[in-house]
Amino acid sequence: MSGKKSFGRFFSENAVVIIFLLITVACIKPSGLSLTYIGQEMLTRLGRDSFLVLALLLPIYAGMGLNFGMTLGAMSGQIGLILAMNWNLRGVDGLIFAVLAGTPISVLMGYICGVVLNKAKGREMVTGYILAFFINGVYQFIVLYMMGVVVPIKNPAILLSRGYGIRNTLNLEGVRQSLDNLGMIHLGPFALPMATYAVIAVLCVFIVWFKRTKLGQDMRAVGYDMAVAEAAGVPVNRTRVIAIIISTVLACFGQIIFLQNMGNFATYNAHDQTSFFAIAAILVGGASVKRATIPNVFIGVILLHVLFIVSPLAGQNLFGSAMIGEYFRQFIGYGVIALSLVLYAWRNRKEIERRRESFRGGAAGAAAAPAEGVGK
Amino acid sequence: MRKLKTMVQDFGWPRIIIFFFLVALFIAAPFVRVRIDSSIGDVFNRFGQNAIFVLAMVPMIQAGCGLNFGLSIGVIAGLLGSTLSIQFGLHGIAGFLGAVVLSAPFAVLFGWLYGKLLNKVKGEEMTISMYVGFAGVMLMSIFWLILPFTSPNMVWGYAGKGLRTTITVEGYWLRVLNDFLAIRIGPNFVFPTGELLFVALCAFLMWLFMRTKTGTALTAVGSNPDYARASGISVDRMRTVSVVLSTFLGAVGICVFEQSFGFIQLYGAPLNMPFAAVAAILIGGASVNKASMLNVVVGAFLFQGLLTMTPSVINSALQTDVSEVIRIVVSNGIILYALTRKTKVAK
Repeated sequence: MSGKKSFGRFFSENAVVIIFLLITVACIKPSGLSLTYIGQEMLTRLGRDSFLVLALLLPIYAGMGLNFGMTLGAMSGQIGLILAMNWNLRGVDGLIFAVLAGTPISVLMGYICGVVLNKAKGREMVTGYILAFFINGVYQFIVLYMMGVVVPIKNPAILLSRGYGIRNTLNLEGVRQSLDNLGMIHLGPFALPMATYAVIAVLCVFIVWFKRTKLGQDMRAVGYDMAVAEAAGVPVNRTRVIAIIISTVLACFGQIIFLQNMGNFATYNAHDQTSFFAIAAILVGGASVKRATIPNVFIGVILLHVLFIVSPLAGQNLFGSAMIGEYFRQFIGYGVIALSLVLYAWRNRKEIERRRESFRGGAAGAAAAPAEGVGK
Repeated sequence: MRKLKTMVQDFGWPRIIIFFFLVALFIAAPFVRVRIDSSIGDVFNRFGQNAIFVLAMVPMIQAGCGLNFGLSIGVIAGLLGSTLSIQFGLHGIAGFLGAVVLSAPFAVLFGWLYGKLLNKVKGEEMTISMYVGFAGVMLMSIFWLILPFTSPNMVWGYAGKGLRTTITVEGYWLRVLNDFLAIRIGPNFVFPTGELLFVALCAFLMWLFMRTKTGTALTAVGSNPDYARASGISVDRMRTVSVVLSTFLGAVGICVFEQSFGFIQLYGAPLNMPFAAVAAILIGGASVNKASMLNVVVGAFLFQGLLTMTPSVINSALQTDVSEVIRIVVSNGIILYALTRKTKVAK
C-alpha cells in the first residue's frame, strides 16, 4: 500500500482527534493563559472526569454504542450524596456512604435501562437519550416532592423552606474534595490528587481484567455479532443488561467523584450534561461507536478540557465577547459528537459497499478487505 | 368485542390513557375553579402554534428517515427569516408572509445539506440528527451575536450590535394570523380562526403532496427502499426531498409560533423544540416509520391539551407545581414507548 494512501487512512481514522488537537492548540495562545495554569486545571479535571468517561467503555465493547443512559447512574449517585448530606456524614465516610446508598439504586436503574435498550436494538443511543430524560422526570418527582414526605429527611439545611423537597443547590461542604485531599502530592507548581488517581487506576485495571473474563469475552462476542453470539450459546440479552448495569454503577461512582471535586451541586441540573461531556470526551479521544480503549478516555478528557479551559478567554480576546467562546465550546462539544457519529456511520456504509464490490470480484475491493480486520 | 380489542391495540394503551387523563382534567377543571372556556381557547391557540412543527415530522417519517430530532435546523431558518423580516420593517400580514418567504431559501439550503448528510448515515439518522440540530443551534448562536443586524428593536441597546435573546414582534406582525376572523365568545374565549385555517391549509397541502407522484415515491422509499430502487425511484433524492420539506415546515412552524406567542426567541431556545413535536406526533398514533395527517391533528391536540391543562388543573388541585414533572414523564415516556415497539428498523 502506498505511503499516501496509508496517510489518508491514518487521517480518516483519527480525523476527530487531529481536528480537535489543531483547534485546541490554536486557542491556547489567544487565551493568554499560562501553561502552568492550564496544566494544573488539566490535572484537576483528569481526576474529576476520567471515572465518568471510563464508565462508557463496557457498553461499547458490548456493541450497544455510547451509553447515553449513564445519566441514570449519575442521578443514583446524586441521591446517594443527598442521603449522606441528610445524615451529616463528613469526609471520606460520607463518600463511602454515598457510594453504598447509590449502588443499589444504580443497579436497579441499570437493569431498567438494559431491559429497555434490549427492546430497542439498533437504536440504543437515541433510546438511551430519551430514557435519561424520562428518568430525569422521575428523579425530579422523587427529590422535589417525595423527599421530606415519603423519604424522611432530617437535616433542615438541605430541605426547601416549604418543608419538603431538596434545595436547588446543595453545598457539599462536608465531603468537598475529601477524596482529592487524601494523599494530595505537591510537585513543583502542581498539586496531584493521588487518591483519586488511584481509584481511577483501579478501575482501569478492573476493565482490563474484566475483558479477559468469560463474561468480558461474551460481551465482545455480542458486540461483534449478536446472531453469531446467540448461536454460540452466549445469552445475548443477559450479557447486554450486565454491560449496562456495570456502566450505570460506574457512572454512579463517577458522579460522586465528580461532585466531591466540584464541592456543590445543582440538585436538579447537575446530571443534565453528564453524558454529553463524557461522550464528547471519549469521542474526542478517538473512540468510535464500536471501538474504544482506555487511552481514548485519557486523551479525550485532556483535549476536551483544555479546549474548555481556553475557549471562553480565547473568544474574549479574539472577538471581544466571552459569549462567543462559550457558544463555540458548546458547538464544538455537540459538533464533535455529530461528526464522529457521522464518520462512523459513513465508514460503516463504505465498508458494506466495499464488501459488496469484493463479492462481485472487484480487485480493489478484494485487496482492501483483509486489511479491514475487526480492530484490536 | 374483538373489534374493540384490535382497535385498542392499534391505538395503543399509552394514547388511550393520555386521552382519558385529558378528559378527566377537563371534567375536574370546574371543581378546582379553572375556567373551562379560557382553557379550551388556550388549547386551540396552542394547537395552532405547534401543529406545523408536528406536521413537519410527517415527510421524514414517511420517507424512512425516522423522527426528525434535528427540526431545530428548520427552526433556525425560520428565525433567520423572521429577524430579516423585522430588519426590513415589514408589517402586518406582509411581515408574516415576508418572514416565511425570507426563510425559505435558508430552509431549502440547510435542509438540502442536512438531507445529504443523513443520506450518508442511513440507519443512524435519529441520534445524528439530534446532535446536528444541537450543533446547528450553537453555531447559529455565534452568528446571532455577529450578524450585522441594525434594527434598534432587535439589537442590544447599549452595545448596538448582537441580537437580543427575545425580540418582540409587537408592532410588526403580532397575532396577524390569530386575529384574522377570530371569533370571540364572552370575555375569556377566543377562537383563533386564522391560525387554525393556516394550519388546515398546510395540512391539506401536505395531504395533497403525499398523493402526488413524488409523495407516493417518498412513501415507497420509506416502506421498502429496495423495492423502490427496483422500480426506478432514486432513494437518496426522495429522502433529500423529505428532509428539505420537513426543514421548511420547521421554518414556517416557528413563524406561526412567533406571531401567536409574540416573541422571537433566539440562542438556545430552539434546542428542545424538536422533542415536543416528536412527542406530539407519537401521541397522535404515529410510529417511527408511519405517520398520517390524522396522527398530526390528534397528536398536537392531545399533547397541547395536556400541556395546557395539567399546570392549571393539577396545580390548583394539589397546590403544588408537579405539572412540569408530569410533562417530562409523559412526553418522554411516549417517545420511549414508540422507540421500543417491535418495528422493522429502517435501513
